[in-house]
Amino acid sequence: MKRLLDLSLRHKIPLWGSGLIVAATLAVSVGLMARAFADLKGDVIISSQGLGRTLAKTLFPVLLHDDLWRAIELVEAPLHGSTHADPLQAEAIFVVDPKMRVLVSSTPRTMPLLAELDSFDPDDRQLAAALRDADTSVSHAFEFGHSDYLHVTTPVAEEGSLIGTLVITHSKHVFLPRFFGIALGGAGMGALVLAILLPLNWYWGRHMAQPLVQLSRGMDEMVRGVPSEINPDLYGHNDELGQLFDAYREASAEIRQKAALEREVLQSERLAAVGRLAAGIAHEVNNPLAGMLMALDNLKRRSAGDPPLDPLLERTLAFLERGLQHVSETVGALLLEARVQLRPLTPHDFEDLRTLLEPQLANKSLRFDWAVRVPDSIAVAASLVRQILINLLLNAVQATPAGGGVRLAANMRDDTLSLQVSNDGEPPPAHILAHIFEPFVSGREGGHGLGLWVAYQTVQQLGGHIAIDSADGRVVFRVRLPVVETP
Amino acid sequence: MAALAVGMPGTGRALTHAPAQVLRVGLTPAFVHDQHSLMADWRNYLESRLQTPVEFVQRNSYRETMDLLHQERLDFAWLCDYPFLYLKDLVRLLAIPLNHGRPYYRSYLIVGSGDSKSKSMADLKGAVFAYADPYSNTGYLAPRYRLREMGHDPASFFRKTFFTWSHRKLIEAVAKGYADGGAVDSFVFESLEKVKPDIVRRTRIVERSVEYGFPPFAAHRSVSATDFLRMQKALLGMSGDPAGRTLLERLNIDGFIVGDRRMYDGVEMMMRAFGEH
Repeated sequence: MKRLLDLSLRHKIPLWGSGLIVAATLAVSVGLMARAFADLKGDVIISSQGLGRTLAKTLFPVLLHDDLWRAIELVEAPLHGSTHADPLQAEAIFVVDPKMRVLVSSTPRTMPLLAELDSFDPDDRQLAAALRDADTSVSHAFEFGHSDYLHVTTPVAEEGSLIGTLVITHSKHVFLPRFFGIALGGAGMGALVLAILLPLNWYWGRHMAQPLVQLSRGMDEMVRGVPSEINPDLYGHNDELGQLFDAYREASAEIRQKAALEREVLQSERLAAVGRLAAGIAHEVNNPLAGMLMALDNLKRRSAGDPPLDPLLERTLAFLERGLQHVSETVGALLLEARVQLRPLTPHDFEDLRTLLEPQLANKSLRFDWAVRVPDSIAVAASLVRQILINLLLNAVQATPAGGGVRLAANMRDDTLSLQVSNDGEPPPAHILAHIFEPFVSGREGGHGLGLWVAYQTVQQLGGHIAIDSADGRVVFRVRLPVVETP
Repeated sequence: MAALAVGMPGTGRALTHAPAQVLRVGLTPAFVHDQHSLMADWRNYLESRLQTPVEFVQRNSYRETMDLLHQERLDFAWLCDYPFLYLKDLVRLLAIPLNHGRPYYRSYLIVGSGDSKSKSMADLKGAVFAYADPYSNTGYLAPRYRLREMGHDPASFFRKTFFTWSHRKLIEAVAKGYADGGAVDSFVFESLEKVKPDIVRRTRIVERSVEYGFPPFAAHRSVSATDFLRMQKALLGMSGDPAGRTLLERLNIDGFIVGDRRMYDGVEMMMRAFGEH
């Protein structure tokens, strides 16, 4: 029982509903059947009493004149042409005199003439006893215990002179099939009702339980961490359940928002730390590096004349210079020194980007979609914006498969410059995506992983915001930069 | 009753010798008389042979037909031999049907087919017994005579007796068990066996009596000699043409002969034994 009560509502509501429907249908059916049986028996008795009165009236003179054959024909006639389906059909008709001797009988073999009623089966003995005690001047219906027979008696009498009692015996076996016919019809109706109500109940039960189950799952998730969203179509009504849903949706949306915010803060803190670390290292490396490069330059200049340097030394020097140059470039990229020139951004800067990019686009046969709508002059450091865009566009060109497309969109709304760089192609895998703006993180073979870091750091420097987004085979970088008019 | 009947002739058409307008024929349960299409065909046949309308008057007991004869409302009648002798002053023998080629029949003592114990009349003591008609020879006179021969009183030998008013119904009464036994006309028994074998098969013949003269066709004494001869000729001639033979076959008889009253001496003897002649 406990297990039954602990079942999910998804099963419990339809099960309990079905149980109630079946119980109600059964109760109504049994009640109707009992009523039908009582009615049928009542009909048999009424019909039998009618037949009894007519027969008794006709039999009286016939028995008085001892015309036995005529009496036999009379009691036999109602049994002729009997179909077993007729529940009103009598099984036997006979007349007994006041001493319970058989005067005439439709079943002479089991009930011979002049034999005493007590000498037959127990049912007849009970009938004889009942008739001796009963008032024989009126009609009766007798039924003894669980006997299969129903006896309807009518006095054969006129003006107080009683010849005997006419007994019409009905076998319940005859009217049972009729009753079963009615019962079967009732059962059919019951089955039809069940066939309609049970699926309805099942559907309704599931419909009620499904939202509750989802809600319960959601609450469970809420306890453990971040709840998932619930399909708002699951329950669209504005009743208590609907209100519960609304409350859940509001609460879960808040929790999700908070979690997203926390994630973002965490990420930008990490990026800031990484940036500081990188800048620190770069600074420390940069000073000795500048010294080394200057020393190399001096050495090269001084040994330009005679005698020429040992070729091996010359190659070694060249090698060292290229290596140090590489280190210097890398460190320079990490350092991001604020060499801010306050030239405002103009549409020409965008045109320049296009010119710069064209050879690379042509190399990979990429489409370039251009949607730049900006005013003539925007009060934001042009060189930094160019830096951001060149990094993002180069990244996009490299990420796009051959024959794909790259898009640049830029527009100005209120005090914000919005930039969008998107490209065809699958988004980077999740483990890279989580660290995409960190230095030395690259999804590609051969990439040094500094381009996006530079873009990120530059956006931060400008007090803006950058995010990566992907859907339908496109990857989009969105940048928002505040534009502040300097007085 | 006989004395009264003797005084009656002369009031009818006997005085005139002109052919009757309608010939009225009484039919009794002496044969299987409730086959209505057969009766209609036979009447049509007789009408075409006699060139006179024929009316069949069916009654369900001998008594009623005897009353009609007394009242001169019948010209001819197919009677049992017992009423024929009873009315001997009122009627004349017209023709006797042939049963199995001979003008005789018997009384059969029958019991239900379920009764395998009874071997003779003696075994039916205390039984419920069915008689056909108080004016039937084979169905009443003969079995009572048999009881008397055996030294029993017919009035007390059986527990209960009743009349079924026809041989056919008597066979039904025994077949269905309403009576333990009954006495029946052998001709009706055999005729019914052809028409309703299912009923007859539910009975069993226990005793066959001696032969008695077959139930005759009789003519009222008031019938003119012309009509008497015309009807006699029509009946005797039935075996001479195909339509007549077909009807005879359906009636289960072989034809008619003129016959002789002495054929009924045996019946007359039994009647005298009961003081009825």
